[in-house]
This record gives sequence, structure tokens and C-alpha cells, in this order.
Amino acid sequence: MQKEVQFAGFGGQGILLSAKLLAYAAMKQGYNVAWIPSYGPEMRGGTAYCTVVISDRLIGSPIIKTPGHLVAMNRPSLEKFAPAVKPGGIILINSSLIPVRSGRDDVTELVFPVNDVAIEAGTVKSANIVALSAFAAKSGLVDLETLRECIKEEFASKSKVIPINMDAFDRGVKIAQQ
Amino acid sequence: MGKTFSKPRALTDVPTHYCPGCTHGVAHRLVAETIDELGIRGKTVGIAPVGCAVLAYNYFDCDFQEAAHGRAPAMATGIKRVRPDLMVFTYQGDGDLASIGMGEIIHAANRGEKFTTIFINNAIYGMTGGQMAPTTMPGQRASTAPAGRDTGSTGMPVKMADLLSALMTPAYVTRQALLSPKHINRAKKAVKKAFEYQMNNTCFSFVELVSTCPTNWGMTPKDALKWAEDTLIPYYELGEFKTPEPEEEQ
Amino acid sequence: MAKVLMKGNEAIGEAAIKAGCLNYFAYPITPQSEVAEYLAKRLPDVNGTFVQGESEVAVGYMIFGAAGCGERVMTTSSSPGISLMSEALSYIAGARCPAVFVNIMRGGPGLGGILPSQGDYFQATKGGGHGDYHLLVMAPEGVQEAVEMTMKAFPLAEKYRGPVMILGDGLIGQMMEPVEFPDNLYAEPLNNDDWATSGMDKRGADKKNIVKSLFLNPKELNDNNLTLKAQYEQMKKEEVMSEAYNTDTDYKGLIVSYGTMSRVCRTAIDTMKEQGLEIGMIRPKTLFPFPEKEIYDAAAKESCKAVISIELSMGQMVEDVERCVRGIKPVEWYGECGGDIPAPETIADVVQSLLN
Ligand SMILES: Cc1ncc(C[n+]2csc(CCOP(=O)(O)OP(=O)(O)O)c2C)c(N)n1
Ligand code: SF4
Repeated sequence: MQKEVQFAGFGGQGILLSAKLLAYAAMKQGYNVAWIPSYGPEMRGGTAYCTVVISDRLIGSPIIKTPGHLVAMNRPSLEKFAPAVKPGGIILINSSLIPVRSGRDDVTELVFPVNDVAIEAGTVKSANIVALSAFAAKSGLVDLETLRECIKEEFASKSKVIPINMDAFDRGVKIAQQ
Repeated sequence: MGKTFSKPRALTDVPTHYCPGCTHGVAHRLVAETIDELGIRGKTVGIAPVGCAVLAYNYFDCDFQEAAHGRAPAMATGIKRVRPDLMVFTYQGDGDLASIGMGEIIHAANRGEKFTTIFINNAIYGMTGGQMAPTTMPGQRASTAPAGRDTGSTGMPVKMADLLSALMTPAYVTRQALLSPKHINRAKKAVKKAFEYQMNNTCFSFVELVSTCPTNWGMTPKDALKWAEDTLIPYYELGEFKTPEPEEEQ
Repeated sequence: MAKVLMKGNEAIGEAAIKAGCLNYFAYPITPQSEVAEYLAKRLPDVNGTFVQGESEVAVGYMIFGAAGCGERVMTTSSSPGISLMSEALSYIAGARCPAVFVNIMRGGPGLGGILPSQGDYFQATKGGGHGDYHLLVMAPEGVQEAVEMTMKAFPLAEKYRGPVMILGDGLIGQMMEPVEFPDNLYAEPLNNDDWATSGMDKRGADKKNIVKSLFLNPKELNDNNLTLKAQYEQMKKEEVMSEAYNTDTDYKGLIVSYGTMSRVCRTAIDTMKEQGLEIGMIRPKTLFPFPEKEIYDAAAKESCKAVISIELSMGQMVEDVERCVRGIKPVEWYGECGGDIPAPETIADVVQSLLN
């Protein structure tokens, strides 16, 4: 089994962090994982993307041109990466910022206003957590409790923000399970 | 300053990659206006540094060479010595000029090479993501000085204009800033004067420009200007440090 | 110790500390600045020393000076920075000082790019600086191996009293993978009283030690070079590391590939296997000394029709592969070096068309 998830959006949307948390949870469950960020001149243009590979075997190529799933936090990311997603995958679309759809009929779309849900939870900054938990719940790639623990650990030094992020987490899970 | 709103001929239409509120763009414009006003675009060669301004050759519409990190003054020397008729300028950041390229700039200045250096002092390494520069202020945070610059182990910020003006070889050395329209007006005059000294084959000319890097300072452009005004300007005093004419002191 | 998820650059920094190296000098350069940023935070906790040098030239000599005192010391850089350190590397090799250099390669020549590359293979394995010297070069394929190699590098540098290089690439530096820091890789520093300038009082000696590379007497210079030569021969006997993949099959072709590129090849080999084509691989883990015998033996297998060196460069390691194969099978090369790492599908296509 090998699964790849691509996270993409603007710099500052917490893309790298959501990806890291997913990788972290999968690692805790005993999987091999790799977290591969984009780095380089394109980051100046303001897009950030990152791939997480989760596997029960040694991970070979960390270079993934056709990911299994996509979490798209802004429109350029959806337009750029949706065509490459493997058939049968999940594409999460942040409809707060993306007025269009993937145009694919061989994938499962999970469409909801991620930013608005995050604002309801207390701050738009938690949008990455909303998207992450919704994706995790929909895909079943990692155990939700483990993921929740990873988030708490990540914010351990800023414990004030944990309740907001937990609320964001629950909202994301709920939407995915509807 | 109405004319500053129209694009100088010596700049291209290419949108720059600089972050919002970065003063690199202002510095480019001052140099480009000077090139236009002196009518030297056709015989000017710029040298791009390694730093955020490495792509300056995409924005200036004149010949350009790209140096290795810190070596621009040596390349400028090469150009100027084989083609004294060309107008040559280097455009360098504080990591490039005051750290790795310290040797090259001091020797070029001391030989009295007849080229012009535009030195962008933004108190940080921009391109590589906010590491400490020799110009970083005491206590200022940088990614390689996470607790703030400790002068006990890294010394005091280097004042390049002061340092170069201590050399015995005649030169034009000035420090200006890009923080307000008033600063920019003065900086423009200084840049033009620097190029004129080169044009008359008088001396080496050096213009330090106190600048901002909102991105790596972790500030909004507005706060960055204020921080620079409050923190950098008192330390990096503005003015003419050295002119080649002995009688016309300061 | 439990596994932690770390970026290659940070893991290399931590590995140095775990190996007992608390001295680090560096100059920022993408894609490895995170090592310095990590150690700038971490070294004060362990009473270590970090200096951001004014240039890689200066850093090279900070390393030389510290290594000459017999202290464990490391620097990290990327290609253009390693070029500037190459002078110091030559002096350090000549003066026989143990030190660890990490090169997180990016594309060249010149300013090149900042994306992953393996374009410094020649520089790392054949010299870089002047004179008759080699570095012991290890090339990790991922973050865990980068940690292990970094930890091994210090005792190896001491065993041979010379510079050791870890040759990674931008991907290994930037990628996060789970890592462990194996306690058993820590080794006590060797006694260096007979050569290091540790201070006569400290070592209780009345004989001075001199660290130098100047030997004006031709015989002395020749002897120094003979000592180095003997060490390189010993490395060839004792330090070669490589890994074989899918070589227990009747493979039709043999890939030789290292570092990040070898992982892509491994995936390509798995795909080709599913399609009924067996391909073997030798992955050199040390680039100097090079796994000469392993490659020759694998190429000699009867089923093997050709050997192909796959690298993120325009054909550097292929020269060593050709040397090892000694003409018994055709040797081909494939590579890309703009910074885009070829996908496994591309490698599979290339291998299939070369074998047809
Ligand atoms: C030999 C070498 N060392 C390091 C680097 C990496 N590097 C690129 S730009 C830069 C510093 C840029 O800072 P500065 O000169 O202050 O200019 P700014 O980006 O702030 O305009 C460094 C260290 C390099 N390209 N070459
Ligand atoms: S990083 Fe700093 S110096 Fe570079 S473009 Fe951005 S604001 Fe300007």
C-alpha cells in the first residue's frame, strides 16, 4: 500500500504544517512516511505545495508526479494539480476561495468553504486544520485520534491555540462525515 | 517628484519578484533615472550580485553581468580596466558586499577603481531567508541568531561607508536612505553624483542605501519603514563621508 | 529512542551533536541553510560553538584550525560554497586533519540553480582542490541514512586523519522522514596527542606538534603523499559500502545509481518487475572508495546485457562505472540535471529502450 497526498495553496495558509501533521500521524501508526516540500524560485510567486507519501513498505521515489489525493486551498493549486490526481482519489476544494470544480468525474470531490468554517471556529488561521481533519476523515488514511494528538503536540508550546484548533478539527471531521 | 512615476527608459516592463514594500525597486529606479539623465544607457554595464537583486538584469535595460557571491567589485575591475570607456556599476546587498565580498570591495576602493557601487544595506540576508548579516543590529533577530544578534560573539554591525572612507585613496563615499520621499530625493542626487565622478574618471564612488526587508524582518512594509527610521538611521548616520576634492570636506 | 519526523538538514545537525561534534562553522546557502539555523538554536543548549563565517573560504579555515586542535568539527554547505572550501580541503588533507564536510548539492555550474543535483560527483570524488588527495565520500539515499553516515563520519575522519564528505542533494536536505539516532554509532574520539596542537600542557608532553602541509624536502613530501596513498588503499579494502537491489534475479540490465536518484530507480525496478522485466541495481553508498568489485561482479552475471549509470548529472559517475566494468558489458548513461528529478516511469522507459 502506498498513498500520496498533495497539499497546495498560498504561502501562509499553513500548507506545510497540515502535511507534516498528516505524515506525523501516519508515522505514529507505524507507516513509512516522507514529507516533500516544494522549494525554489516558484515559492516567491506565493504558491506553496507539499507532498506526503505514506506506505507500508520502504518508500522508493519521493518524486510524485501523480498523487493519490489533493487538498487544494486556492484556485491556482486546484487548476495546476487536479488533472494529475490518480482516478479514484479525493480532491478537497476550499470553496471559500475556489469558485470552480476539478472538472474530473473519476474522483471524489469534497467541496466546502474551509476558510468560513475556520472563522466559525475562531480564526481563519485554523483553515489548514479544518482541511486536514476533513481530508483525514473522508479518506480514512490515518486514525483521527492519533491525528488529534499530533496536533496537540505540535501546539504544545502555544497551548492557548489548542482549543480553537480542536474545535476546527471537529468541524472539519463533521463536514466530511455528513 | 512628478517624473518618478513614469518608467525610466533604463528599466524594462518586467514585473519584479521583490516582496511588497521592499526598497530594492526604489533603488533600481534611482539608478535607472540616473542612467537616463546622463544618457549613458548604451555604454553602461551593470553587475548583479548574488542576493535578492540577482535578477536585476531582467529589470534594467542595459548590458549586465552576473557575479559570484561577493565578487562583483573584482568583475567590475576587470571590465573597467579593459574598457575604460564603459560606465560600470555594481549593485550589492550587505551579505554580498560586507560579508563574503569584504575583501573585493576594500581592494577595489583602495585601488581607486573608476566604477560605482550601489550598496543596499537592509541589515539581513534577504534571498536565503533572514540569516544574520554583518550589518544586523545588536539584538536584532535573525534565523542564525535566534536569540538576537549577540555582539559579544559576533561584534558590532559593520558601517561600510565609514570603513571605506578611512582608506587614503580619494573616493566618493556616501550613505543615504530609501525610507521617505525626502530620503529618496537625496539618495537620487547622491547616485547621480557617484555616476558623474565615474564619468569624469575622477574616482571610485560608493553609495550606501539604508533599505528595508519587511519579509525577513517579519514586519509589514509600514512597520519596517518605522523600524528602520528608529533603529537603523541613528546607527547608520546619513551624509557624505568622503569626496575626492580635498578642499571640499564633508 | 522513538522515531521523530525531521528534515534532512535538521537531522544532519542533530546527528553531529549525537556523534559528539559540538563545533560547527558555516555560511548560509540554499538548500542547506536549515542546518545552520537548527544548530544556531540547538548548540547553545549543549555548550557548543557556532560561528557564521564571513564566507565559505573563511569557514574552510575555521574548520582547519579547529580540526588541527583535534576537536570534532563539521561544516555544511552547497555546491558553490564547497567550491570555495576546496582550497581548505586540500590543505586539511595535506596536513592530515580529521573533519566532516557536508555538501547538499544543487545544480551547477556557476550559480546554476537551487534544486537537487548530483553535479559535484567529480569534485567530491576526484579532488576539487589541488594535489594528490581524496575525500572519503558517503552518499545517503534518505534522511535516516544521512543521520547514520553523519554519525559514522567523525570516527572515520579520525581513523584516517582526513576530511570526510557527506554528499547529499537538495531533496535529502529539504525532505522530512522519520529518523532515529542510533546510540551505537557514537564512538569516543581517538587519542590525538601525537599530532594535534592541543597544547603541550594538556597532553603532558614536552614535544611540540605542528599542523602543516608544507614539505620543501622532496622526500618528505613524497612520504606524506605515500602515507595518504596507503590510506586510500586501506579505505578501498575496509570502507566500501554499497547495496544490491533485485540482484538475486536473472536481471537483463544493471543500474548503478546513488542518493535520491537511486530511490527513483528502485521504484522503476519494481514497476518493470511487475511488467515482467528484471533489472538489478548496485547503489554505491561510498563514492570514494567506490564499490568496484560489487559492480564488476554484478555486471558479469550472464543474464545481464548492459549496465547503465543513472545520475542527476551529465555523466560523471559513469566514468567510474566504465572503469569497473572493464569492457565486459556495454555501459550506458542516463541523467538530467536541471533540477527536475526524472520520474520512475521515465527511468523505466529509458531502461527498456536501452535494452531493446
Ligand atoms: C558562494 C556562495 N555562498 C552562499 C550563497 C548563498 N547566498 C545567496 S544570496 C545570499 C545572501 C544575500 O543577502 P544580501 O547580500 O544581504 O542581499 P539581499 O538578498 O538581502 O538583497 C547568500 C548567502 C551563494 N549563492 N554562493
Ligand atoms: S526578501 Fe527582503 S530584500 Fe528580498 S525581495 Fe523580499 S523584502 Fe526585498
